[in-house]
Amino acid sequence: MANTHNMQDLHHQAAVASKVYVQRDYNSGTICRFQTKFPSELESRVDRQQFEETMQTLNNLYAEAEKIGGKSYLEGCLACMTAYTIFLCMETHYEKVLKKIARFIKEQNEKIYAPLGLLLTDPIERGLRVVEITIFEDRSIGSGR
Amino acid sequence: MKHCEYQQIDPQALSTPTPTLPPQHAVVEEEKGETARRKWEVFPGKNRFYCDGRIIVAQQSGVLPLTLGLILVTTVLFFVFDCPFLLKHLTVFIPAIGGVLFVFVVISLLQTSFTDPGILPRATPDEAADIEKQIDNSGSSTYRPPPRTKEVMINQQVVKLKYCFTCKMFRPPRTSHCSLCDNCVERFDHHCPWVGNCVGKRNYRFFYTFIVSLSFLTVFIFGCVATHLALRAQGGRGLMFALQESPASAVELVICFFSVWSILGLSGFHTYLVASNLTTNEDIKGSWSGKSGAEDTGNPYSYNNIITNCCSVLCGPMPPSLIDRRGFMPVEESSQTVATEIELAAKNEINVCQLVLCLSVFVCMAHHHPPLGGQLSGLCSVLCWLMSKCTQGTKDLLESASRSPCPQTGKPQTVSTSCPDSIDPADPAVTFNPAVTPDPVAVPSLKCGGRHHSHTTSPPDEPRQQHHHHNRHHKTRSTQSSSKRAALHISNPAYNVSLSPPTSPGLGPSHATGAEDHRRDSFAALH
Repeated sequence: MANTHNMQDLHHQAAVASKVYVQRDYNSGTICRFQTKFPSELESRVDRQQFEETMQTLNNLYAEAEKIGGKSYLEGCLACMTAYTIFLCMETHYEKVLKKIARFIKEQNEKIYAPLGLLLTDPIERGLRVVEITIFEDRSIGSGR
Repeated sequence: MKHCEYQQIDPQALSTPTPTLPPQHAVVEEEKGETARRKWEVFPGKNRFYCDGRIIVAQQSGVLPLTLGLILVTTVLFFVFDCPFLLKHLTVFIPAIGGVLFVFVVISLLQTSFTDPGILPRATPDEAADIEKQIDNSGSSTYRPPPRTKEVMINQQVVKLKYCFTCKMFRPPRTSHCSLCDNCVERFDHHCPWVGNCVGKRNYRFFYTFIVSLSFLTVFIFGCVATHLALRAQGGRGLMFALQESPASAVELVICFFSVWSILGLSGFHTYLVASNLTTNEDIKGSWSGKSGAEDTGNPYSYNNIITNCCSVLCGPMPPSLIDRRGFMPVEESSQTVATEIELAAKNEINVCQLVLCLSVFVCMAHHHPPLGGQLSGLCSVLCWLMSKCTQGTKDLLESASRSPCPQTGKPQTVSTSCPDSIDPADPAVTFNPAVTPDPVAVPSLKCGGRHHSHTTSPPDEPRQQHHHHNRHHKTRSTQSSSKRAALHISNPAYNVSLSPPTSPGLGPSHATGAEDHRRDSFAALH
C-alpha cells in the first residue's frame, strides 16, 4: 500500500517530461518480441543491466505465451472439436500469460521504476506495438514546468 | 480523484475478453457516472458493434445474410424432405451426421463473422509523434517526405515494413490495411463479403473450419439427395417421377451442385495456403514466389514442414484481441479529445468560411470595376452560394457535435470520424493529410472530387463483381479486386506524396484527421 501511495504522490508532484518508446523486434518473425537495446534517454535514470533484464524477462514471458508445443496443440485440437465454443468458457493459455505479464509489470513498476520516476506501460494497452516508458520530472527539483 | 487517476494506468484494469470488471473499476464507474464510455463507442475504424462491444462486424455486412440463408434453407429442406425417406430406407446416421455438420458450419460462420480478425489499434498521438521524429531524423528534410518503409531481416530475408498513414505506425510483417474496414489487420488474409468481415490472424482458423465443414456438408447433402432420388426412381419409375414426388430435392440439388465446385475449390486453395503458411494476400501479390525472378525468395515464415505449418496456423495459441472493446475510456482524455475535436472542426469551418467571404468581397469589389463586366457577377453569386453552404455546414456541424453519441444503435458515432460512406479516408493509396491551415477553396474541392471518383469505383464494384461471379473460383474474384487495389496503389502514391504537407505539431495527428474529416464533410455538401 505504501508503494501505491508513492505512485499516486508521483502523479501529483511530478509532471510528465517525456515518453520513450521501445519498438518491436521483428528479426525473429511475427512473434511478440521487444528490442532490448537500451534507449539513450534513460541513461541517467536507470541501470542498463536492470532495464535489459526487465525487457528480457518480458520477452521470455511473451515467448511462453506464443510457444507452439504439445499443450497448445492439445488446446487447439480440443477447441476445434468443440467448434471453438470452448473459448467462450475457458481462458486461453495466452490470456493466462498476459495476466502474469501484467502482474510482472506492476511489480517492476512498484519496486524498481517508480522510485526512479519512471513508469512502464503494459504493451497490451498499446496493442503490443511498443513498451511505453513515461519519464516523470520531479517538480521539487525545479525542472520541467 | 486520486483513485481515479491511478486506475488509468493500473494494469489490472486491462481488458480480459470475459467482461468481468474488478471491484475497483466498479467504484471508478460510479464516480464517472454517465460520462464513462466504452472504447468500442469511440473506435475509429468502420466496424459496427453489438451487445455492448462483445460482437464486432464490418461496416457492410456484405452477403452474410445470403450465406446464412442459403445454408439454412438447404439444410432445412434436406431435413424435412429427404431425411424421413433416408431414415426409413437407409440409416439413422444420415440425419445425425447432417446435424453435426450443420452445427459446425453455422457456429464457425458466426464466429468468423463476429470475431475481431486481429485489428491493430491505431497509434496514440505521442507514439505517432515519436515515429515521425525518427523518420525526420533519418530522412532528408525536403518538402516531399521520403518513402516511409523500414527494412527488417526475418529468417535471413529482407522484409519491407510499410508505414500506414491512417494508423500512423509501421505495419508489422504480414499486416495489411483493409480499406473496407479502415483497420490494419494482423496476418491479413482477405476481406470476405460472404462472412461480412476481414479474415486475419484471430479468425482464420474459424474461417478454415467454416469452409471445410461447408464443403463436407454440401457434398454430403448432394450425395444424400442423389441417393434419395435414385432410390425413388428405382423399379423403372424414372427420375421425373422421383422429382415430382419430392420437388424440394430438386432445389437442394441445384444449390449444392453450383456451390460445391466453388466451395471445394476454395477449401483446396486454403489447404494449400495453410500447408505453406501463406496468406491469400501474399499469394496473390506473389510476395514470396520471386516476382522479380532472380532473387532466391522463399517464405520466411514457413517452417518448411507441412505438418508444422498446419499446426501453427490452425492449432497455435489463440492471440488476444488488441482493441479492448469493452474497456472504459479514461474520462479526462475522452472528454478532452472530444472537446478539442469539436473546437478544431469548428475552427476549420470558420477559417474556410472566412476565406470564402474574403474572396467574395474581393470579387464583388472587382465587379464594380467596369472593364471586368458581367463575368464577375456570376462568380460573385457562386461565391455567395458557397458561403451560404459553408455557414450551413458549420451550423449543422456544431449541432451534430453537441448531440451526444448514442451507444444503443451499435454504431460508433463520434464527432471525429463521422464521414459519408462514399468517402473512404482509409485507403492508404489515396489518403492525404491536408494542412490544418486552410488551403484555397478550389484545390480541396478538386482533391475531394478526385477521391470521390477513385473511391466510388473501388468499393461498390467489388461486391457487384462478387455477386455476379459467386459461382466462380474465389481466387479470380480476389485477383480482380486486388489488381484493382494494386492499380489504385500504383497510380496514387505520387498523388499521396505531393499532397501531404506536414500537419501542425501542436494539434497532433488524430486531431488533424478529425479536422480533415470535417472539411471533407463540408465539401461533400458543396458537391
